[in-house]
Amino acid sequence: MKAILTVHNLASDLVTTIWTPAFVAIFLAIIAYALWPRNKAAFDEAARLPLREE
Amino acid sequence: MSQPSMSKSMTVGESGLAALFAVTAFLCVIAAAKALDAPFAFHASLSAAASLAAVFVILNRYFERPAALPPAEINGRPNYNMGPIKFSAFMAMFWGIAGFLVGLIIASQLAWPALNFDLPWISFGRLRPLHTSAVIFAFGGNVLLATSFYVVQKSCHVRLAGYLAPWFVVVGYNFFILIAGTGYLLGVTQGKEYAEPEWYSDLWLTIVWVVYLLVFLVTIIKRKEPHIFVANWFYLAFIVTIAVLHLGNNPALPVSVFGSKSYIAWGGIQDAMFQWWYGHNAVGFFLTAGFLAIMYYFIPKRAERPIYSYRLSIIHFWALIFLYIWAGPHHLHYTALPDWTQTLGMTFSIMLWMPSWGGMINGLMTLSGAWDKLRTDPVLRMLVVSVAFYGMSTFEGPMMSIKVVNSLSHYTDWTIGHVHSGALGWVGFVSFGALYCLVPWAWNRKGLYSLKLVNWHFWIATLGIVLYISAMWVSGILQGLMWRAYTSLGFLEYSFIETVEAMHPFYIIRAAGGGLFLIGALIMAYNLWMTVRAGEAEVQAPVALQPAE
Repeated sequence: MKAILTVHNLASDLVTTIWTPAFVAIFLAIIAYALWPRNKAAFDEAARLPLREE
Repeated sequence: MSQPSMSKSMTVGESGLAALFAVTAFLCVIAAAKALDAPFAFHASLSAAASLAAVFVILNRYFERPAALPPAEINGRPNYNMGPIKFSAFMAMFWGIAGFLVGLIIASQLAWPALNFDLPWISFGRLRPLHTSAVIFAFGGNVLLATSFYVVQKSCHVRLAGYLAPWFVVVGYNFFILIAGTGYLLGVTQGKEYAEPEWYSDLWLTIVWVVYLLVFLVTIIKRKEPHIFVANWFYLAFIVTIAVLHLGNNPALPVSVFGSKSYIAWGGIQDAMFQWWYGHNAVGFFLTAGFLAIMYYFIPKRAERPIYSYRLSIIHFWALIFLYIWAGPHHLHYTALPDWTQTLGMTFSIMLWMPSWGGMINGLMTLSGAWDKLRTDPVLRMLVVSVAFYGMSTFEGPMMSIKVVNSLSHYTDWTIGHVHSGALGWVGFVSFGALYCLVPWAWNRKGLYSLKLVNWHFWIATLGIVLYISAMWVSGILQGLMWRAYTSLGFLEYSFIETVEAMHPFYIIRAAGGGLFLIGALIMAYNLWMTVRAGEAEVQAPVALQPAE
């Protein structure tokens, strides 16, 4: 229980409340980026990167 | 020597670094003179000598070199910088053999305690951190330096950034190893597992590591290839996270700036939590992320197949990043750490199983269409078996992090067995495989001196690992069960020394397994030496004849 309302308390409450959904959202966005059909060709090309050198 | 067309002058880096090392040498002499303890005096003198040597080498290099620095490109092709890579590859092999040998010695000391010889310098307590640091940071670290500098250049199609900076990183890192290792033998330690080096070695490592990060980042920024290859993401995560962990776990106040002893800023359970946040993420980002980068570059390259699923590699990367950092508390089950924190650590450790196996599947399936190469190419076989060991130990780890399992396994040899299935099987084999690839590439040789010797190395080392981990499983579970056995009257059934006695045969089997692993590494060192000395140089095709793939 916090007796005094300060900007720091507010900010830390906000961060501790929000980080879980925020991280989940970021991670879902990354999965969407990885699986987005339009990106497939570029990723298939990137998978061959070690094979095309010099 | 002077060229009339172009006046030769020192770069800012050359003159600045030479001046900096000259000042450092002077300060180290003062520190040595005012030292409060003998190990500090020794380390200060060593640092003074090394700084003077650095000044000499920098100046000598300047006088020997042509006026112009090495070009970034020759005939339109990147002029890759292989010098620092060769140095780290050599040091990796050197420290590997030293580390495996010390491991064999301490394994033998556990089986036959008389081998401590009642000498403090070679007692188990001092040699044990020497073994762990030599294999993890000296062997593993040099493998990561060598491969990261190779992969970042090749996958970005650009020469490594910096002229002296890459050399500063590889030589500076090995000097850190020297200071840390000799410190352990002389009794200098913070007493924090895998973070034993004292404050002055930690400060030096911080400088070296920041330069490492800069060399790596600037090389990526200068890249000619638009896409940043996934291996570079893993290397970058390794470099950045190790910097954060190192700074987080080592804020210590020295008793005197002229003495080796320091005290950590916080104590008790806070220190324990920080220590295992550090310790487990050293496993996650040093021994996993860095070596996964090796997997994602060297397996496709050696198998001549693309990565099975690049999409999976992206998800694999980010899932590891989001999850690993929370797993540390499983090292502190049933301690003063709050119960909810232990459960949190356990939960994240179990979740880690998914990205770990995702990565393992991605590595193994990269061989689809090339499975027959496992029969003919022992180097590829080594790389693939390492990924299988990765899968095995990343299944075992989450299982051991479950609190009821941990109540049996913790403080027993099972933990040692688990660590070594990861360290010998995964990190060791993937490093061996990478070095077997890297040495002919970096020294421009057609191939290895002998694939037959690689085959011998593979089988001898595999047999060694099997002996090691099966002995430790039996020993650990036996130990755990004996510790928790009660008589019908509620007394402990076994005294502690009886459980120690029961371990004896398994300790001998373990030492035998370690001995085989060392023999394998000696075969490897001979093979690599002969590859460099007697190998046939690869003929460079003229630029015009390169296939325009």
